[in-house]
Amino acid sequence: MTTTTESAPTPAPTHRPLWRRLIGFNLLTAVILAVVGYYLGWLLGHHIGGKSYSYEEKSGENDVALLLAYTFSVIGFLVGLGFANYPLSRMLGRPASMREKESAGIGRYFGLCTDHKVVGIQYLVGIGVFFFIGGLNAMLIRTELLHTTPTFVGPNQYLTLVGMHGTMMMGMMTSGILGPFANYFVPIMIGARRMAFPRIEALTFWLLMAAGFVLTSTIFFGGFPTGWTGYEPLNDQAVMGMDSYIMFFALVGISMTLLGLNMMATIITMRAPGLTWSRLPIFVWSVFATAVLMVLAAPMLVATLLMAALDRTINTSFFIAGGGGSSYLFQNLFWFFGHPEVYILALPGFGIILELLPVFTRKPLWGYRLAVSGMLGVSLMSFFVWQHHLFVSGINADLRPFYMLSTEIISIPTGFIFMCFMGTMWKARTTFKVPMLFCMAWAFNFLIGGLSGVFLSDTPSDTDTHGSFFVMAHFHYTIMGGLVFSFFAAIYYWVPKMLGLNFNEKLAKAHFWLMFIAFNSTFMPLFVLGMKGMPRRVSSYSPALHTLNVWVSISAFVLGISMLIFLFNVVYSLIFVREKAEANPWNSKSIEWQVPTPVPVHNFDRIPVFDSDPYDYGTPVGGSVGGGGRAAPAGAGA
Amino acid sequence: MTEPNHARRFTTIWAIATIVAMPIVILVIGPIMPPGNGSEQASGKVTDNTVLLAMATPVLLLVTIYLLYATFAFRQEKGAALEGPAVRGDARIQTTWIVVTSLLVLSLAGYGSVRLLSDYGAGSGSGPTPLTVPSGPKLKVQVIAQQWAFTYRYPQYGGIETPHLVLPVGEMVELHVTSLDVIHSFWALQLGVKADANPDVDNVAFVRPTKLQTFEIRCAELCGIWHGAMFDRGKVVSPTAFNTWMSQMQTKFATATKALPPYSRTYLPEPTRRGG
Amino acid sequence: MSVFAKKVLGVGLSVVLVGILIGLYVANWATSFPPSTAATNAPTAGGGSNLTLETVAAVGPQLSPSHPTWVSYLARQNGQWVHSTTYIVPANTVVHVTLYQFDSPTGLRNPFLSQVQGTVGGTESIDGKLTNGIPPEEASHTFAVPELGVFVPLPGVSEEAKHPCEEAPCEPSKYDHRTITFSFKTGKKGRFRWQCFVPCGAGYIAGNGGPMQTLGYMGGFIDVV
Repeated sequence: MTTTTESAPTPAPTHRPLWRRLIGFNLLTAVILAVVGYYLGWLLGHHIGGKSYSYEEKSGENDVALLLAYTFSVIGFLVGLGFANYPLSRMLGRPASMREKESAGIGRYFGLCTDHKVVGIQYLVGIGVFFFIGGLNAMLIRTELLHTTPTFVGPNQYLTLVGMHGTMMMGMMTSGILGPFANYFVPIMIGARRMAFPRIEALTFWLLMAAGFVLTSTIFFGGFPTGWTGYEPLNDQAVMGMDSYIMFFALVGISMTLLGLNMMATIITMRAPGLTWSRLPIFVWSVFATAVLMVLAAPMLVATLLMAALDRTINTSFFIAGGGGSSYLFQNLFWFFGHPEVYILALPGFGIILELLPVFTRKPLWGYRLAVSGMLGVSLMSFFVWQHHLFVSGINADLRPFYMLSTEIISIPTGFIFMCFMGTMWKARTTFKVPMLFCMAWAFNFLIGGLSGVFLSDTPSDTDTHGSFFVMAHFHYTIMGGLVFSFFAAIYYWVPKMLGLNFNEKLAKAHFWLMFIAFNSTFMPLFVLGMKGMPRRVSSYSPALHTLNVWVSISAFVLGISMLIFLFNVVYSLIFVREKAEANPWNSKSIEWQVPTPVPVHNFDRIPVFDSDPYDYGTPVGGSVGGGGRAAPAGAGA
Repeated sequence: MTEPNHARRFTTIWAIATIVAMPIVILVIGPIMPPGNGSEQASGKVTDNTVLLAMATPVLLLVTIYLLYATFAFRQEKGAALEGPAVRGDARIQTTWIVVTSLLVLSLAGYGSVRLLSDYGAGSGSGPTPLTVPSGPKLKVQVIAQQWAFTYRYPQYGGIETPHLVLPVGEMVELHVTSLDVIHSFWALQLGVKADANPDVDNVAFVRPTKLQTFEIRCAELCGIWHGAMFDRGKVVSPTAFNTWMSQMQTKFATATKALPPYSRTYLPEPTRRGG
Repeated sequence: MSVFAKKVLGVGLSVVLVGILIGLYVANWATSFPPSTAATNAPTAGGGSNLTLETVAAVGPQLSPSHPTWVSYLARQNGQWVHSTTYIVPANTVVHVTLYQFDSPTGLRNPFLSQVQGTVGGTESIDGKLTNGIPPEEASHTFAVPELGVFVPLPGVSEEAKHPCEEAPCEPSKYDHRTITFSFKTGKKGRFRWQCFVPCGAGYIAGNGGPMQTLGYMGGFIDVV
């Protein structure tokens, strides 16, 4: 895009009656076409599948029909939103066009919009809704775990709840930071007017929304009993609800791949003049490291689930020993995706924390090069550790020392992040605003999570803790204590820029303290539960562990209440009070705070020229050692 | 007022905390770490867990005390807008950190590998061909996992199958864990044994029970609706009691033994595909 | 309150209302258990409780609109066959079970379970004859309560039977069946699950999916009260 100032006022919209405004490529059309597609696929599936396979007669279930129904439904949904318009118009020879509903009022948040800022806010609300649903599942799970035998929910509904909680969270939170915040701020931070592929950016959001809906529809088809890992052969044995899981992850996998692709292309090719790699904000580096993982690992998931779908529909036996397949194949394929997946979750958290620290400590980021190599090191190493999920499964015993070594080694680059955190806080002048509080909590939580990971990477120790609540505690500390806390840090930090409104600080602090205390009270005892012999995903457990489970459940309910405080703050501050935020409330030197609030449609009047990184804080010290320190005045102009 | 020497202060606090905590960790918490002393392998892992905890404690104290120290010592004064020193790195500290953490984790990896091999797999399922096999006589027990119960076969006693697991104390047991349908996992908590049961796979684990006790067996891999209810109680008894029990079982299950297929490392009974 | 806030409040409240309705639906789905049947008291001098069950080849659209082709257990309650697999029995009693088996044989995957375990006397009575086991390939279903040590294999109706019962409810007087009786003792209170061990979930891998993994068909609870 050129740098001409294009701030002509939008023409006043002509008033059309409501029913006329509803016709067109929008969410309503999308839903209608989705329903049509669903029944079309269902009909087709019954014709193809119904008579060809005797087992479909016996079980009374037609997986072909459901998978086709979902596929056609998603295609109908996307066509209804208008995603097919541009490719079709180009195929018909029409010229390339850029804008789509970029200045059409609040309606643009409910459809296909190529403005990356709109997509960012869509992601924030969309992921928030599904995060909330996942949280409600967790509340139901913890209610059941107040009893030692299945009492409150039936045993297969319990497994579905556990599966839905895990699957929803994993699928949604992988884009939890990249979706809302990277989409919104990466172009601004690199001095660009847009992402490299705006329509693909919008596509990743709507795929995720369709996926969430597909997953929640599993309860109409009997749910799925495998948990989020979808292990074969139980996967093949499951009733129709399993297909919802397969479709969900297929859509999420495609969404992730495209999101990562878009981020990489944008960061590599669209940086403004002067923005060399060593001046890139650390958040953008973390997005880049995550994007590499997304592009390389997510397709693996889609391929694996395609094989699982083939096993379920046309009776292949990739994973069935009786037909010549192997249950190990699924485990290995899944975890080859699954391990990079958890680093996809962790890395953006690292980026957020290190990005926020300099602002609140008034010091430059300590060890910038080290932080970058830490993130890239984690990215690279994450492909070499996956068999630590399979230590006791009977894999070739020669492999285990290697994977023990690689898993221990990956903790070295992870440690760099802690070193940079600590270095930045040394002799700082810290103000403990709410985003900073979440950063401190992140450090404690991820420390516990990381140290418990060292226990799990040691095969002898892992023998006792694999598949138990110890593992649950480990990954909840790293994913929830790490990623979700940094997610909230990012929300409190950046929403004043995104929406131009301030949060109520007292409510925010109450949310933080209740969440931090309840979170630790909920998940710390899980380490003990695991070591005392409680396996994962059970609704019957030893009566000796009853008291501890009751304590954990009550703490979980308090954690839920803290989330309600957050929701109340959202409604109260963003809808009723609506206190306008200043352009730079945190006094940050980063470029996204130098543009006015609300951010103009094309971000900048003129493309900025960068001459340093955004960490130009601090009083110069004579003879300071280390990379990149200079006493140059504040960074980019706007 | 001159700035206090933060480096010295912090290091002193951390050193004192570590010196106080380490004996507690090694002498008080260590011995009660899971999985207890029910078997040779389990005792080995109590030691392993103590070592891991001892190495994790200084790190935990370092970061936690630092966070607390930084919260109190490095605050912005009320109403002020001062900035900290513009230091972007320190080559010496970075190198020290990298070297120390690398040595720490590499030594843990080495230690873990040595323990894994010297304890004959440390109670874990080591696949059909384990790397280290104990010498001498071994009691072979096959754990058959099915949806949703464990049954146990003793090939050295005529291939009889029993619904409960009884083991003689002091003898090396060679467990062969396999599944008939989906993935399960045989987890004997107090013996420190966990071995996944995959269909058509023979997963071998070694354990030598050292304490007379009743131990808990649970399924540790989600296998369907009754996964949580798939538990059992096993017993470690004296060798004479074991022989008595075995002859009782041989009489009691004579009918069933005649109906069983010959002992094999894996079984794939019909239906294996989508039967009916 | 500004116009904007009013609009948002209106939309927001309706979204919240829809959300609550959906939440109630999900909660209802999650917490639904199939109905329970209580064992009746035996009129004999020996005391104990009676439980009358039957196993059918297809449960039929009347009793299960969602899965009419699935095999299922049914329980006798007030002269009717109900689609229930949770049985309430008193503690520290002998429960006498009479089971009418209408389904054809599938065969056990683990022949060990062809021997009767955990019943009074270690035997079951099949069509009047006491036995302590059946040929494994003749098994059609089992009634097993692993936590109480009860494993009872149930033989199937021969393939050449003249009047097989295709769909529930099946009356013993009208169709070919096997009558099996056995008794087991209950101890302390608790909720114990019971299941079938024969791979009778036709159309699923290893025969263990579908009805085997859904409460109300081939598995349930023994509530000892």
